[in-house]
This record gives sequence, C-alpha cells and structure tokens, in this order.
Amino acid sequence: MTPALETRNLCKHFGALTVAEQINFKLDAGARHALIGPNGAGKTTFVNMLMGGLAPSSGAILLGGVEVTRQSQRQRVKHGLGRTFQINSLFRSLTVVDNVSLAVAERHGVAWGMFRPAGRYRSVVDESMQLLDTLGLLEDAKLSLAALPYGKQRLVEIAIALGMRPKVLLLDEPAAGIPSLESHRILEVLDALPKEIAILIIEHDMDLVFRFARKITVLAQGAVLMEGSPAEVSSDARVRQVYLGERRE
Amino acid sequence: MTGPAHTGSYLSDPRVRPMEWLPWVLALVCYFAAPTYLPLGSYILIMILFALSLDLILGYAGIITLGHAAYFGFGAYVAAILAVRVTADPLIGIAVAGISAGLLGWLTGLVILRMRGLTLLMLTLAITSICYEIANKATALTGGADGLGGFNMKPILGLFKFDLFNKTGYLYCLLFLFVAWWLVRRIIYSPFGASLTGIRENVARMHALGSPVYQRLVAVYTISAALAGVAGGLLTHTTEFVGLKVLSFDLSGDLLVMLILGGVGRIYGAFVGPVVYLLAQDSLAKQFPEYWYFGIGLMLVLVVMFARGGILGIVDRLLLRIRRGNT
Ligand SMILES: Nc1ncnc2c1ncn2[C@@H]1O[C@H](COP(=O)(O)OP(=O)(O)OP(=O)(O)O)[C@@H](O)[C@H]1O
Ligand SMILES: [Mg+2]
Repeated sequence: MTPALETRNLCKHFGALTVAEQINFKLDAGARHALIGPNGAGKTTFVNMLMGGLAPSSGAILLGGVEVTRQSQRQRVKHGLGRTFQINSLFRSLTVVDNVSLAVAERHGVAWGMFRPAGRYRSVVDESMQLLDTLGLLEDAKLSLAALPYGKQRLVEIAIALGMRPKVLLLDEPAAGIPSLESHRILEVLDALPKEIAILIIEHDMDLVFRFARKITVLAQGAVLMEGSPAEVSSDARVRQVYLGERRE
Repeated sequence: MTGPAHTGSYLSDPRVRPMEWLPWVLALVCYFAAPTYLPLGSYILIMILFALSLDLILGYAGIITLGHAAYFGFGAYVAAILAVRVTADPLIGIAVAGISAGLLGWLTGLVILRMRGLTLLMLTLAITSICYEIANKATALTGGADGLGGFNMKPILGLFKFDLFNKTGYLYCLLFLFVAWWLVRRIIYSPFGASLTGIRENVARMHALGSPVYQRLVAVYTISAALAGVAGGLLTHTTEFVGLKVLSFDLSGDLLVMLILGGVGRIYGAFVGPVVYLLAQDSLAKQFPEYWYFGIGLMLVLVVMFARGGILGIVDRLLLRIRRGNT
C-alpha cells in the first residue's frame, strides 16, 4: 500500500549546519507514529518541510504517492495535509470559534465570499461549534482567544488543524508547555481522532509517546537514528544514550 | 465578549447599528447648516473615502503602505484627462477612474504583495514616486507642474449641475462615500473579510490552513485601489482641476496620519480622522502655520504612545468605563 506520506533522501542545510540528512521516512495510512529526538534534532524543521513552509535543500516529499516537493502549503492542504505548531500559532485577537472557522471556511471553499455576512454561513459556524464541543471548548467558543488559559489554547491549536479535516496530521509537540497532569486531556483528544487519519506526533513526554504511538522514529542531529516499535526503541542502547539517557539527567 | 465591533467575525452581528447612521445624519445637517463650508466639506468626504480605502488594506489586511496616493492620484488624473479629451460626463468619469485605479492596483499588487514588511513599504513608496514623475514629465497629457484644469464637468445624469458653492458636488461625494461605505462594510463582515483579519493576525497560520494568502491580498488591494481612484476622481470633478499634489508623498503621509488619528481597523476611524484633522488644519493652520506640523507630530506621538486605537479607541474605553461604573 502506498504510504500516506513519504520522504526520499530529504536534506536541509542552514549554511554549514545540516538539520536534515538523507531522511527516508514513511508514514503509513492510519498510522500512529511518533518522531522523537533531542532538542535541536531537526524535528520541527522536518515538519516545516513536509508542510511546505520550508523548502528542502534536496530530496523529495510524496503525499499519497504524489510528489508535492514543489507544491505550496495550500496545495498540500488540498491533498489532505494538516499540522499544528509547537509554539502556539493562533489568531489571538479573534474569538475561539473564529480561529476554527477560518480553517473550516477555507475547506468549504467559501472564504472568498465577499458580500454575505460570515455569520450567515451556518454550515461553517455549526461545524466549528461542533468541533469545539468535541474538544470540550464549547463554553469558551465566544471568548477572545487571548483570554484562554494556555492549556486550552493548545487545544484550539489542534481544533484548527481538525477543522481542515486532514488525512495526514502532523502534531508538533501538542502538549508542549502544559503540565503533565493536564496533558491527559490532549491525549484523550488524540485517542478520539478518527482511525483513518495518519498521525505523526512529535513529543518529548515519553509516557505520552509510548501510550499513543505504535511506531517510533528517532532523529538525532538531522539523521534517522533508528525506527521501530516502542519496545524496540526503548531497549535500544543508542537511543538511550542520545535521547532517553540525556533526558533523565 | 465578542471582540471589538466591525471585525470580520463569524459571530458579529452585521446589522447596521443606530449609531452608524450618525455620520450620515451629520453630513446632511452640515449640508443645510453650513452652506459656505461645502467646498471644505466635499474635500473632507473625499478624504474619508480615501481613508476608508486605506483602512481596508491597512486596518484589516495589515498591508502597510506609504504609497496609497498613487491610486488616488491616478484616478484623479484619469478623470481629468478623460474630461479634457473624451467626455466630461461625471458618472462615466468616476467609473473609468475607479476601474483604471483598480487595474493599476491589481498590476502593482501582483508585484509588490509578494513582499512584506519594510520591502513592501519601500515598494509602495517607489510606485508613488514613479507615478509622480510620470505626471510631472508627461506635460502634454497631464500639464506637468502646472496641473490640468480648464474643463467643465457636465451635469450629473444631465440634470444636476456642479455649482460654485459645491452644493451638488457635496451630495455627489456623499453619495459615492455612502456606496463605498456600504461595500466596505459588507466586505469586512464577510468570510473574505474574516480571512483578511486572519492574514493580518497570523499569516503563517493562514498559509498552513490552506488559505491563498497572496491572492486574497491582491484582491483586497485591487478593491482598495479602485476606491482610492474613485476618491481621486471625485476630487477632480468637484474642483475641476488636478495637480501633482494628488500623487505626492505628503498626501499618502497625511492620509496615514488621519487614519491613525481616527483609529485603524474600525471603519469609522476613517470618518473621524479626516474630519478632526482637516477641521483642525482649516482653523489652526491658518492662524499658526508655523506650529501646524509640530502640532500634528506631537498629536501623532501621543496617539501612538497612549491611545493605540486613535480617537475611537479612546471613546471605546470611556464608554466601557461608564458602563462599568453603572453596574
Ligand atoms: N531558519 C533557521 N535558520 C538557521 N538555523 C535553524 C533555522 N531553523 C532551525 N534551525 C536550527 O536547526 C536545528 C534544528 O531545529 P528544530 O527546531 O528543527 O529542532 P527540534 O528537533 O524541533 O527541537 P526542539 O525539540 O527543541 O523543538 C537547530 O539547531 C536550530 O537552531
Ligand atoms: Mg521543535
């Protein structure tokens, strides 16, 4: 079966610094796949290249078997790619529901509408509300985003991505900045996502990774160190050395 | 809380609030109460329309420009050249001025809107300078530094003659301002308007959620340029003259000051700013010409430092305080 997402010899250099080195990566359909690695390993850079915000130095990216290396983010979104950001990238002065509606309206193809008031697009508003409801944010829908506590803002970050109805979802540290006590809420949300969506999650919290992922890729200094099941990865000596061990110190 | 009024939100109520009729009532009251001020009044209405066009791109889409006079001036010159050479019919003149300025906005927008920030700012400046130089050098067509006059506009629809006191001109400007206001308001409350706000707030996220950011910016820039061109055409028609000033950097700068003074990104800042600025200029600049720009500079510093939302921002805060005090 063609993988939902694939990279071939993907490289990225920032001047003399190599942040991605010959990355060959496959994300299967319906995958629950984690990408881990120490700080500065190049995980976010990898996601940026997959999404199209950053052009690779060389190599190819394929979405559902179609090469998209030169395509814009917009085109990739149309192919079913969506992402969240490690550092909140939201519309702070807008309401929570507007944050989501912007994404939903783009997907419905109505965001060019210039004459009918936005609120009359019931299907957009209703879908956004429903989405917020499933994430437990219905009561906050009409609040200004900036008024939300950080944990809930992280959920909005996910809500926007879900508003795009992606087939492939890239989650860049969805629980970053949230005390681990509260991160179970994020995990609940992730667990409830439709099985068909292929998910790549970047995460530092190993509990979360081991509970969520069925496959793990370890990245170190821009290169894939190893790939395998959670059991294989946690027992691998090299991984312990570069990553798990380091985190424990 | 649903954010400030007049934002492109999926929650805002698009119905016109009673307060929003106030400018129109005031404009009509002025028409009857201050007949000798109608030439100034017409100019104010024109600048409001011009400021409104700027608010659409600056206040809503977040495009920072110091060159909006290019489109205003282009519209003004097109209207004048048309009146001299082809037809002095005002409605045709406005239509052609608006469409030509829109076309210029579209063409230039296609080029410059690939940039952002300071580069974009410099490019908007460059476009105005180029237009200015062309108008300055192409004397056969534009009259160069002497400007272009000596034409008489025909009556509107063959019925309403332009008069010396600008009675017709005033209502003519008011009508176009009203139409433009209605249009801008529709746009701002639409999904398109909401996406512009999204682009202003966080362009990276708009890209990531699949928005055609560049096309949206070009579209709104084109609309804004067309409105600016209409404003320029109105100036030509009501004064039956056009000079290089309409393409000057000064005009772009004054316009920006007016909008910031009134309040950016709230529609009515574009109404309040020009009224306050131009009335103050009319009374103060005549008495203390040497202090005028000093005063404007000081006022701008105060607004930028202490009253980010301009005059309307201050009004909002006062109203909020009064309301809080009551409960
Ligand atoms: N635009 C850029 N220009 C130069 N260097 C960059 C740029 N973006 C990232 N880097 C560098 O690339 C390396 C990888 O960064 P990246 O953000 O991808 O790491 P990461 O694995 O996501 O780390 P973290 O776990 O801290 O989020 C870092 O050394 C970073 O400083
Ligand atoms: Mg990162």
